[in-house]
Amino acid sequence: MTTTTEAEYSPDSDKIMSVSLGPQHPGAGHFRIRLWLDGDYCVRVDPDPGYVHRGEEKMCEYRNYMQNVPHLERPVILDSSGILFPYSIAVDELMGNKVPPRGEYLRVIMAELNRIISHMYFLGILGVFVGHTTMITWCMGDRDIFIDLAARIGGARVTFAYIIPGGVRNDMPEGLEVQAMETLDWFEKRMDEYEKIFFMNPLWKERSESVGVLSKADAIRWGATGTVLRASGVKHDIRRAEPYSVYPEFDFQIPSLDAGDSWARSYIALLEMRESVKILRQAFKNIPAGPVRLKLGPKPRVPAGETYTRTEAAHGEESYFVVSDGNPNPYRVRIGTGSFKSLILIRNLLRGIHIADIPVVYWGLNFWPVHNDK
Amino acid sequence: MSTPGRIPPPPPPRPPSIQSPTPARPPQGSPPPVAAPPPPPELPPRTKELRDKLLQGIPGAKLDYARPKRIKVTVPPASAKESALFLRDSLGFDHLTLVGGTDYPATKEMEVVYFVGSPLKPELADFVVLFSERVPRDSPAADSLCEVWPGAEYHERETFEMLGIDFKGHPDLRRLLLPEDWDDIPPLRKDYTSPGR
Repeated sequence: MTTTTEAEYSPDSDKIMSVSLGPQHPGAGHFRIRLWLDGDYCVRVDPDPGYVHRGEEKMCEYRNYMQNVPHLERPVILDSSGILFPYSIAVDELMGNKVPPRGEYLRVIMAELNRIISHMYFLGILGVFVGHTTMITWCMGDRDIFIDLAARIGGARVTFAYIIPGGVRNDMPEGLEVQAMETLDWFEKRMDEYEKIFFMNPLWKERSESVGVLSKADAIRWGATGTVLRASGVKHDIRRAEPYSVYPEFDFQIPSLDAGDSWARSYIALLEMRESVKILRQAFKNIPAGPVRLKLGPKPRVPAGETYTRTEAAHGEESYFVVSDGNPNPYRVRIGTGSFKSLILIRNLLRGIHIADIPVVYWGLNFWPVHNDK
Repeated sequence: MSTPGRIPPPPPPRPPSIQSPTPARPPQGSPPPVAAPPPPPELPPRTKELRDKLLQGIPGAKLDYARPKRIKVTVPPASAKESALFLRDSLGFDHLTLVGGTDYPATKEMEVVYFVGSPLKPELADFVVLFSERVPRDSPAADSLCEVWPGAEYHERETFEMLGIDFKGHPDLRRLLLPEDWDDIPPLRKDYTSPGR
């Protein structure tokens, strides 16, 4: 069959039909993709974000460094600790803070719990949009057990505002290690079941293998990060590449796969959760006693300067460029969210595939529209 | 008076009054001792080497700062593309993950910063080069670096709409996140005030 390529595409052609996927479509998630179709092939793709843009960067300029904490986590409530981690590190760097060891451990514990919570959501959504309903029921149910655990530390269910400049907001309750270890033991066995029912399922493999292939060179060229980059054969994880917090103290691996297709992008999430379980075990076992934060007060005084920090969050590399001019409010906060770094991939990977493969590729990118729009 | 056993014990010594707090506890709410971001006196050798290569290889480059894992250089906008190609091809910084912009009305300038890393080279994987240009604020325009780092495309679109910087040679310079009917100045400029503020 001959199909139109983008070079031959002309908007006046009778062969081409333009369709909007979203923003009301439940499978697009506050996000619109304009598609130009030849039959059921996408010949041109134009992602159109902005339906949930809130102007987080401008909001930061009206609030002081502490007041910025609760609203900064709103774009990605699945991984609310992941997005606050680099911000807190940036403010700590500017102020020259030395976070107490117990605070650093609690930061890592919360970040890894959030990574599991976020990856479970990602896999559940991916499963249900390819018709694997078991995946969403299992994932949402099991994710809740981790939310309960995180809620005992952070006090809320999704927006914890837990990692703050100077440490963490509060200590964890006594005896939580017991519940945590039980949960981790159970989850480790549970992940084997996920492997059987979803990842090694011939139906899912057939749907996703060799679909939306992203080569190593393209992943680098287009600035992919996170699970997408590691599924394309690049072993790059900020936790190892540029270790921050207390990550150097833990023994864990960086999984990577070479295929670069949608199957690899989904399976890497499971492999990462296994490593998160390892980190959590070591963290709960070795957590030192002591204070959990520095008392910075409600209006920390941040000296003039600028810094760029990045961490590995569930959706990719989370980075902040913070400029301070010595005033109570930041002068400029540039937020580089992991999802925004995948935006260009949507256009480039959706081009040339069938309509039926759109959810496989689109949701496989671990892309979260609200996170993208900020 | 006749019940010696009921005499209450003497009151315990009073805790230290508010005038003399325990010295171990830092005062609440007051800022910690201000430590300016310290320019470390001694940089690791590889940072020095990279800094020297950057300054030699890019004509007109000005070093803003060199920290152990970050180097920021400001290059002249006219030769930005050649400088970026040098950074990518000769030094291996091929992975662009963010483009940012900052408005400086005081100096009538705008700054565009490209954040580039190099994940494929283990010895440079923890480095980020902040590649910056300063353009005049009254007619902000810079050469698009999409040809050098294709990943810059959407980041430049966002910088264009948020700060109004015109990226010459960009393949598709349109609005990205703002509403279609936005008719105010770009919102991240310092002279824009949000409604109600």
